[in-house]
Amino acid sequence: MSDPQLKVRDLKIGATVYPPGEKPHDIEIVHGVSFDLEKGKVLGLIGESGAGKSTIGLAAMAYGRGGVKITGGEVWINGRDVLQSGTGDIRKLRGAEVTYVSQSAAASFNPAKKILDQVVEAAVEQKKFSRKEAEARARDLFDKLGLPNPETIGDRYPHQVSGGQLQRCMTALALCPEPDLVVFDEPTTALDVTTQIDVLMAIKAAIRETGVAALYITHDLAVVAQVSDDIMVLRHGNMVEYGSVDQIINAPQEDYTQALVSVRSIEHAEKESAGDPVLSVRNITARYKGTQFDVLHNVNVDLYPGQTLAVVGESGSGKSTLARVITGLLPPREGEIEFAGRTLSPDLAGRSREDLRELQMIYQMADVAMNPRQTVGTIIGRPLEFYFNMSGKEKRKRIIELLDEIELGEDFMDRYPAELSGGQKQRVCIARALAAKPKMIICDEVTSALDPLVADGILKLLLNLQKIEDVAFLFITHDLATVRAISDTIAVMYQGKVQRYGSKTQVLSPPFDDYTDLLLSSVPEMRLGWLEEVISNRKMESAGN
Amino acid sequence: MRIPLAAAIGLFFTALYFLAAIFAPLLAPYGYAEVVSTGYWDPPSAEFLLGTDGIGRDLLSRMIYGGRTTIFVATAATILSFTTGSVLGFLAAVAGGWVDQLLSRFVDLLMSIPSLIFALVVLSVMPVTLPVLVLVMGLLDSTRVFRLSRAVAVDIEVMDYVEAARLRGEKTIWIIFREILPNALSPLVAEMGLRFIFMVLFVSTLSFLGLGIQPPQADWGGIVKENAEGIVYGIPAALMPAFAIATLAISVNLVADWVLNRTTSLKGGRG
Repeated sequence: MSDPQLKVRDLKIGATVYPPGEKPHDIEIVHGVSFDLEKGKVLGLIGESGAGKSTIGLAAMAYGRGGVKITGGEVWINGRDVLQSGTGDIRKLRGAEVTYVSQSAAASFNPAKKILDQVVEAAVEQKKFSRKEAEARARDLFDKLGLPNPETIGDRYPHQVSGGQLQRCMTALALCPEPDLVVFDEPTTALDVTTQIDVLMAIKAAIRETGVAALYITHDLAVVAQVSDDIMVLRHGNMVEYGSVDQIINAPQEDYTQALVSVRSIEHAEKESAGDPVLSVRNITARYKGTQFDVLHNVNVDLYPGQTLAVVGESGSGKSTLARVITGLLPPREGEIEFAGRTLSPDLAGRSREDLRELQMIYQMADVAMNPRQTVGTIIGRPLEFYFNMSGKEKRKRIIELLDEIELGEDFMDRYPAELSGGQKQRVCIARALAAKPKMIICDEVTSALDPLVADGILKLLLNLQKIEDVAFLFITHDLATVRAISDTIAVMYQGKVQRYGSKTQVLSPPFDDYTDLLLSSVPEMRLGWLEEVISNRKMESAGN
Repeated sequence: MRIPLAAAIGLFFTALYFLAAIFAPLLAPYGYAEVVSTGYWDPPSAEFLLGTDGIGRDLLSRMIYGGRTTIFVATAATILSFTTGSVLGFLAAVAGGWVDQLLSRFVDLLMSIPSLIFALVVLSVMPVTLPVLVLVMGLLDSTRVFRLSRAVAVDIEVMDYVEAARLRGEKTIWIIFREILPNALSPLVAEMGLRFIFMVLFVSTLSFLGLGIQPPQADWGGIVKENAEGIVYGIPAALMPAFAIATLAISVNLVADWVLNRTTSLKGGRG
């Protein structure tokens, strides 16, 4: 057996934390992690946010993000411990022997320089290749990564290519200096599912062809299963389990890994539509002020009391715009919204307090959906004051009831949003919506900013609350697993139109139209060989290409 | 709660000046217009701690009373400029559309004229009384506060929690005072310290030019003017108010810095 390309021994990483109202102090965020990575192999690092996976990835480049210090251990690359190297040696290492692909290519490319110049920069700077050689190599990589017009795409600026293409350009950038190790940090997380598989396929092929060793960091087990040879499961800076992909997804040993594998196990039988719909969207066509094209074209959907309508689509499909039209933030050009038997005013200002109360909304980013200067009690209490004129003891009692419903206790009342975890924040937002006793709640990507296990908890809570409060959900999401888990009716949106609409079983059963097929088949599945299978069976190119 | 040294120094001197201003009649050994010496520009002595001024009035008493006037006018004008400026700035950000256009263009118009010149023109046609002075200074300065408040509020206005309040049906007044104001406080407080100092300088400048506080009432700018001639003869009387203005400016800024640091690290994080 040859020497491993990357050898990490007992890596310890610390950081200074600044908790509100307390003195800053140092904590350890990675507690002695060890692993080996051989040439040509891919190791997947997986875990939820705060697990330390990105921190470990960066430590492989002897780098600690702001405030983060590598406090102990060894990182061996090509037979030397880089943590003991001087700045000069580290500078020679980065961009030559080890390179990095970040989550957001859009934020990582300099918008003022052409792509090719940026792709070859490190290779030329590190004297690995001459400028000419590097450019030839870059074009070759563009070709291998399946980018259109590999000869000329490098002459474009970053904003002139799509998100998926830019992410592939970044992979080319990382591979251009012929590194020995590439760190991929959530390279497909910011992409739509249909684009994601193209990028995944490109990355996988490129890794294979160049024979580079890679660390692949992600929170999505299904994704990592497609590209890695081995997987390391991390939690709170500790290694939970290490094994081959096959072993981890088919025979996980630890409880935590099992939970990760079986996530989205929610079973929700679809309900029959009964009675009159609580919401009817009729022939809605809408465009934003100052633009010349319609974002929504003739949209028609119904939502029945106590049921869930999932509106699913990729970014730009118009699903959030639909929510803005329904809430009255964007008056439509044509069509009308019927709600609880009455026609709603197209404009927010024309709606009665009752209209507003019965139609509530929960946002994607719970952080910014709550005023950071208000306590949980104030946040949940305000709708009670506003709609029901509650005050004093009565209000307090109701707030406590609501906190119980969202499985948080009375002691959360005086906390500020900054003192809550991501999942708790979203729960408080749910309680705020419920406080108004609405007939319907619009949930706009409410779980997409959360870790899978936390998101699972939120979905279970929502389903449970739907039973208790008999509230209808309009669930906007790009995540088909979520749709399967909770919906009764599904509307698939594509380029501002409803592409497919019907009950869950109808929509999710063949025969599919081409777009729905593409969308459904693009959702990563937790089995080996899925990626190759999908690519070879495709009927339609994704929009990101 | 530990107060950092710089803040403690700032707090001490700021408090000193404000207390002296409030309790001026108790502290000053003589009246501000009282001629107590037959000489002029007497050197400091046990009787007159800072000496006397050009016409034989006790300089210490005039400094204390002068501080009272200057600080009072500056404080009143700052309060006026912040209430008008921030409320209108928030309103412009929240209401948008023609309200924003109207207010912003009007502010642009006012800001295009140098405020000292504008104040001189207004004060030369208006009777120079304290309320007029406060009004002119406060309103002129509110344009700056308007700009800042609007800029801060525009950032906050796009937050989901403001949209949530809108969807709840809250009135503009609630959105301004309960959703935006608490989150805009830190930059405003920091700005307040700075603007207060500008007010002190502004009123002193006006008095120095003869269009501010009218004699015999004392104020720091006026004291500089009255004793400016003395400088030629090596008499430092005119430097006293200059020194007072400088120390006040520094200490208020030290306090403002500290307040800014504290509010941003408060529960609830950055504002």
